[in-house]
Amino acid sequence: MGGVRVDGDSQMSDVPGLFAAGECAAGLHGANRLGGNSLSDLLVFGKRAGEYAARFAKENALGAVSSQAIESAEKCALQPFERKSSENPYAVQHTLQDVMQDLVGIVRTEAEMLQALERIRELKAKSERVSVDGNREYNAGWHTALDLSNLLTVAEVITRAALERKESRGAHFRDDFPAKDEQSGKFNIVARKGTNGEVQLAHEPIPPMPQELQQIVEEMK
Amino acid sequence: MATATFRIWRGERGEGQFRDYTTETSEGMVVLDVVHEIQAEQAHDLAVRWNCKAGKCGSCSAEINGMPKLMCMTRLNTLPLDKPVTVEPMKSFPHMRDLVTDVSWNYEVKKRIPKFQPRRPDAPDGTWRIAQEDVERVQEFRKCIECYLCQDVCHVLRDHHMHDKFIGPRFLVYAAALEMHPLDVADRIPELTKDFGIGLCNITKCCTKVCPENITITDNAIIPLKERVVDRFFDPLSKLFKVFGGSNT
Repeated sequence: MGGVRVDGDSQMSDVPGLFAAGECAAGLHGANRLGGNSLSDLLVFGKRAGEYAARFAKENALGAVSSQAIESAEKCALQPFERKSSENPYAVQHTLQDVMQDLVGIVRTEAEMLQALERIRELKAKSERVSVDGNREYNAGWHTALDLSNLLTVAEVITRAALERKESRGAHFRDDFPAKDEQSGKFNIVARKGTNGEVQLAHEPIPPMPQELQQIVEEMK
Repeated sequence: MATATFRIWRGERGEGQFRDYTTETSEGMVVLDVVHEIQAEQAHDLAVRWNCKAGKCGSCSAEINGMPKLMCMTRLNTLPLDKPVTVEPMKSFPHMRDLVTDVSWNYEVKKRIPKFQPRRPDAPDGTWRIAQEDVERVQEFRKCIECYLCQDVCHVLRDHHMHDKFIGPRFLVYAAALEMHPLDVADRIPELTKDFGIGLCNITKCCTKVCPENITITDNAIIPLKERVVDRFFDPLSKLFKVFGGSNT
């Protein structure tokens, strides 16, 4: 199951100081998360993430924040108020939900997912034109407008990774590749932001199971 | 599909007016669904507080056709849709924007109530023994989701604004849950009669009527607490003893 790639012990991501635990983190559950396992996941790894985050905060000084970065983020966030267009942020969100449900749902095919990528590209262009009115207090329309870029990024990463995995495994089912492929079981697909902001995919080998865990699996057999 | 009109309060810090929104409705919809639909299609900046959509988080409290209700638990088929349905923010708390009020007074009140204080463990291994009957008495109070609809409807708060003298039905329920807890040994009776203003409640039972968890607030929480206050401070027999028997308090 996909999510933020974190270190199994500390729950820290590749971004120093950014921790993730529970359903937004990846790696623990393999290709499918079974019902009920997410609660124990977040109890155990939420505790770990908290402890390591506290330790990280103690050991590291406050990082320098560029005032230029703050300014540009602020400008970006306020853009939906200034635009004169009438693209509706909710309409973009609802369309994205429909696209992902219909084309990247439970049963997936290459043709449909390519179509989804095309639709996501269109929605991205639309999301850059959304406008909202009112002020910054309790403005759900503005919040939706701000969420769109993250929703679209995650939708694109899910779709590209699902296209890349040419097999069926766990919760990922490909109608055009219904069988499990042994070679594909040896790597994870990792998505990173490229230099031009594009999604880059890489295959990274799954680390071997530690000796002590291997032993437990053997004992349970 | 049928259309219906919703008359929603729009404005900031108490200033504002009703605005009508006509929208499509379908079977099974609740008021919160309609509010979201209006937000998505007609009024993107309509402020509303909500979270679970299942009547358990206590966030979407509002007054629907004048009745304090959870928007997520009020089905359209329980409302007359041939005339506009009014949706307003709660009235007992400072208004912020549209349907959102500032309920933080409640959190401050809760801090003032003496915390749970268990008696010493009954067994050497640090455990207690309690009767099932005693456990069951307080279970009802623990269903409270803190939606504050009872605080909204209570006339002591709503009409008389006695927020500094009266803690409201929600916190009388909370105090009752602690007072009746089989392990608790703290004494909240003196505060209940003085700082918490239990005497201001004149048992109109409006709180019980609006409780979405159907807690019998008045009969099971407030009246037993009132009885304890009376036993301690207003019992005529012990008053007589006090007069003739010296300083037996």
